[in-house]
Amino acid sequence: MRSAIVTRPLDPGALLREVATTRCGATALFVGTVRDLHDGRAVTGMDYEAYAAMAERELADIVAEAVARFGTGQVVCEHRTGALALGDASVAIAVAHPHRSPAFDACRYVIEELKRRVPIWKREHYADGTRQWVDPTGAARPRAAR
Amino acid sequence: MSASATVLLFAAYADALGTSQLTMPVGDGTTVRDLLAALAQRPGADRLPPSPLVAVNRRYASVGDLVRSGDEVAVIPPVAGG
Repeated sequence: MRSAIVTRPLDPGALLREVATTRCGATALFVGTVRDLHDGRAVTGMDYEAYAAMAERELADIVAEAVARFGTGQVVCEHRTGALALGDASVAIAVAHPHRSPAFDACRYVIEELKRRVPIWKREHYADGTRQWVDPTGAARPRAAR
Repeated sequence: MSASATVLLFAAYADALGTSQLTMPVGDGTTVRDLLAALAQRPGADRLPPSPLVAVNRRYASVGDLVRSGDEVAVIPPVAGG
């Protein structure tokens, strides 16, 4: 298992290779990318800021929880911070497991808990030149995976 | 040197207070609630919610938790990672 907050571009393929083992017949990969529309407004880019020391620890806790709950040590997650362009990957999670169902479940667990607990914030840049911190409490909060 | 805690502010909260780090005095029995009340007196603090999330020494804390000299207290806006 491994997790990190990084400032370099993410390489999902490298995460897949990192978790690969012949014991595992299933690998789930989640990649979150910067999209071009939020609440009807055209988005041109995104800044991610983290409380790095706490974010690293919280993310490591979540990955360790996934390892314990779903019975595989093959879990890696990286979250990128800094200025990202449209289409750039902001988060990548790879999970390998002997079987597909817990591979999907563990991957889902990591992204949902990350969005709920890890102190990271994003500021959207809009086509009209303005910028705004995203406040997800205006929308339905993601629930913890079971 | 008097007893103090470091208060960290992030994202929209740092913009509201105009700084990302403050040093605030603490004494015997100072709680997170007390620090938030003192923070609320500062210019721009009206843009913070009445009960923001707080972490003490990088773990989520409750308003009744004690804050000791040298502690790192972070006031945490709604998280938006992913």
